[in-house]
Amino acid sequence: MGLKDRIKYLFSYKLVGENLIKLNTKKAYKNFKPPRNWRTDILAPPLRTGVFTKEIITKHYLEGRYVNGVKPVAWVTSGAPIEILKALGFYILYPENHGALCGARKVALEISEEAEKRGYSMDICSYARTDIGSTLSKKTPVGKLPKPDLLLCCTNICQTVLYWYRVLAEYYKVPLIVIDTPFVYDEAREHDIEYVKKQLEASIEVSERVAKKSLGFSKLKEVIRLSKMAAELWLEIMKANKTKPAPISVFDQFIHMAPIVEKRGDPETVDFYSKMLDEINDRIKNGIGAVKNERKRVLWDNLPIWYKLKFLSEFLAENGVSVVASTYTNAWGELAPMMDIERPIESMAKTYIYPILNRGTGHKLKTMEMMVKEFDLDGAILHSDRSCKPYSVGQMDQRVKLLNELGVAALLLEADHNDPRVFADEQVKSRLKAFVEMMD
Amino acid sequence: METVKSIGIDAGSTTLKIVGINGEGKILFSIVEDADPKVEEQTQRLLDKLKEKYETKNSKIVATGYGSNLIEADKKVTEITCHARGIYEYFKTGGTAVDIGGQDNKVILISKSGKVVDFLMNDKCASGTGRFLENTAWRLKIPIEKMAELALKSDGEVQISSTCAVFAESEVISHLSRGHKLEHVIKGLHRAMVKRITSMIYAVGFNPPLMLSGGVAKNRAVIEMLEEELGEKPLIPENPQIVGAFGAALIGLSE
Repeated sequence: MGLKDRIKYLFSYKLVGENLIKLNTKKAYKNFKPPRNWRTDILAPPLRTGVFTKEIITKHYLEGRYVNGVKPVAWVTSGAPIEILKALGFYILYPENHGALCGARKVALEISEEAEKRGYSMDICSYARTDIGSTLSKKTPVGKLPKPDLLLCCTNICQTVLYWYRVLAEYYKVPLIVIDTPFVYDEAREHDIEYVKKQLEASIEVSERVAKKSLGFSKLKEVIRLSKMAAELWLEIMKANKTKPAPISVFDQFIHMAPIVEKRGDPETVDFYSKMLDEINDRIKNGIGAVKNERKRVLWDNLPIWYKLKFLSEFLAENGVSVVASTYTNAWGELAPMMDIERPIESMAKTYIYPILNRGTGHKLKTMEMMVKEFDLDGAILHSDRSCKPYSVGQMDQRVKLLNELGVAALLLEADHNDPRVFADEQVKSRLKAFVEMMD
Repeated sequence: METVKSIGIDAGSTTLKIVGINGEGKILFSIVEDADPKVEEQTQRLLDKLKEKYETKNSKIVATGYGSNLIEADKKVTEITCHARGIYEYFKTGGTAVDIGGQDNKVILISKSGKVVDFLMNDKCASGTGRFLENTAWRLKIPIEKMAELALKSDGEVQISSTCAVFAESEVISHLSRGHKLEHVIKGLHRAMVKRITSMIYAVGFNPPLMLSGGVAKNRAVIEMLEEELGEKPLIPENPQIVGAFGAALIGLSE
């Protein structure tokens, strides 16, 4: 680690950047008001604690600019077991989150085209295209991404990540750890968990070599404890929506989930979600709903459509529809109870084999059925995501079952989480409106 | 001068349909025109003309279709609800309503009481819609009305594997250049379209009777082939193209 890098990091990030961001947050919190174009006629103001989401994420990407040569850097998939890396002091970057950010800032297409120009097919996942495009062209809305020293790819979300991370490994010439998680049809078998556990154990050596230090188990336990606490708080926040009207919409959750994905295991994240939960409980006490005229309550299945969050949120709110639950945001909370501080590696193996995308389609159906009952829903929007086949497979049957067995309206909405070329405003509006009319 | 109680306007991607009804829901007039790019001006022109023949001062106006944003109306309702309402008025039965329009296909499951239970529309792709046939007709310089006739008198059929409205065009040309008969190719084209619609119907869950609407429901070859595929004779209103506009007018009446 070079002295020059360290000085630059300390000065530009620690001394100037971080303090400036904190100062801005303080100001924003104190003089909190909704953005100018916020539809206060149909929506509650954004959460005040949301200013901390911005703070956490801005700090994270700013640190990334100066972190090379100071901390070891790992790029990881969204469902990767990061606790070991965190305990070893890695700076962790999630290309999928960076992709989502590019989508929300409406630059994902331009960056994807950089990958397409070099021969990557339009049929590849738009997150992968955004990341590979960004890697090859260095384009990013956050200034600069740190180069990885290590790649960690876990197949519990899809198989695309395997090929995607091989591309990254070849490009950056750094070690790639693959954690292969056998698909869980019903319950994970003992030997499946054992197999994942062995891979996790084997990954420690490689990670230690890259980090140039040994893993301390007390540190690992601490990270797992914090990770679990944050996930449990996140779960509480989502459960708060059982109240009518729902205090926080799923569109808000899509934004405020960033820390639970990117900064899991940090004390700051626990603190943040506990503040957010307080604010949400206040909303409940005062009867404030995220959608002002909540007439109908629905769930969202699959990834967000990042470049259309505002459009969808406003269109649905105009029609009195509040999206109150989602299988996607739920994925970062539902596994929290499985983590066990006393058996860190074994419980990690179990936790990371069970994400919704690594389980049979029946499990997702059950999750949605549970949501319909517990959140008292009138309908379900199933985003059929062209880029995410593992999430979209089974939706046609799931839709019919929700309709026939639970009697709720269900809509299959074809789009893509990061590629705006497959989204037509008018088509989507006509389908959503008909869906609303069907619920009326 | 007869009084028009309610006017339904269906501004589709391909055609503009206007229907006026009296207080009993009886159709007094219906207009179908190719859609102008400036649909709001076209609508105004047609409405102004109607004033000469009918009393429309207090008529309710309900608009539907992609162009409805531009039209001044008392209410905007989606095509799904309008088609369901319109077709239910004709046949007074629950079942599966299929509207084959210029760019959209809609399959609507209707309950015994006329309520929309479920629906499916084609996404991202115009295969199986009117445009699928129109493109090829235009490419082959055959009037669209002739297409069904050619398909019906064909004694054979060529399989068209592409469901893409654009690629089917080149497939048709290549079949013709390999010496296949024009009728065979055109029948194959109808088959591809009907199969696409059939799979949409089954995706929602087919519940007879089948009720057809939309411009393509005037195509006899499509009707016959749908019957072959589904084993059900479809019910078709006298003028299937105006079902959406009629439904819109009826919604206006019950306002």
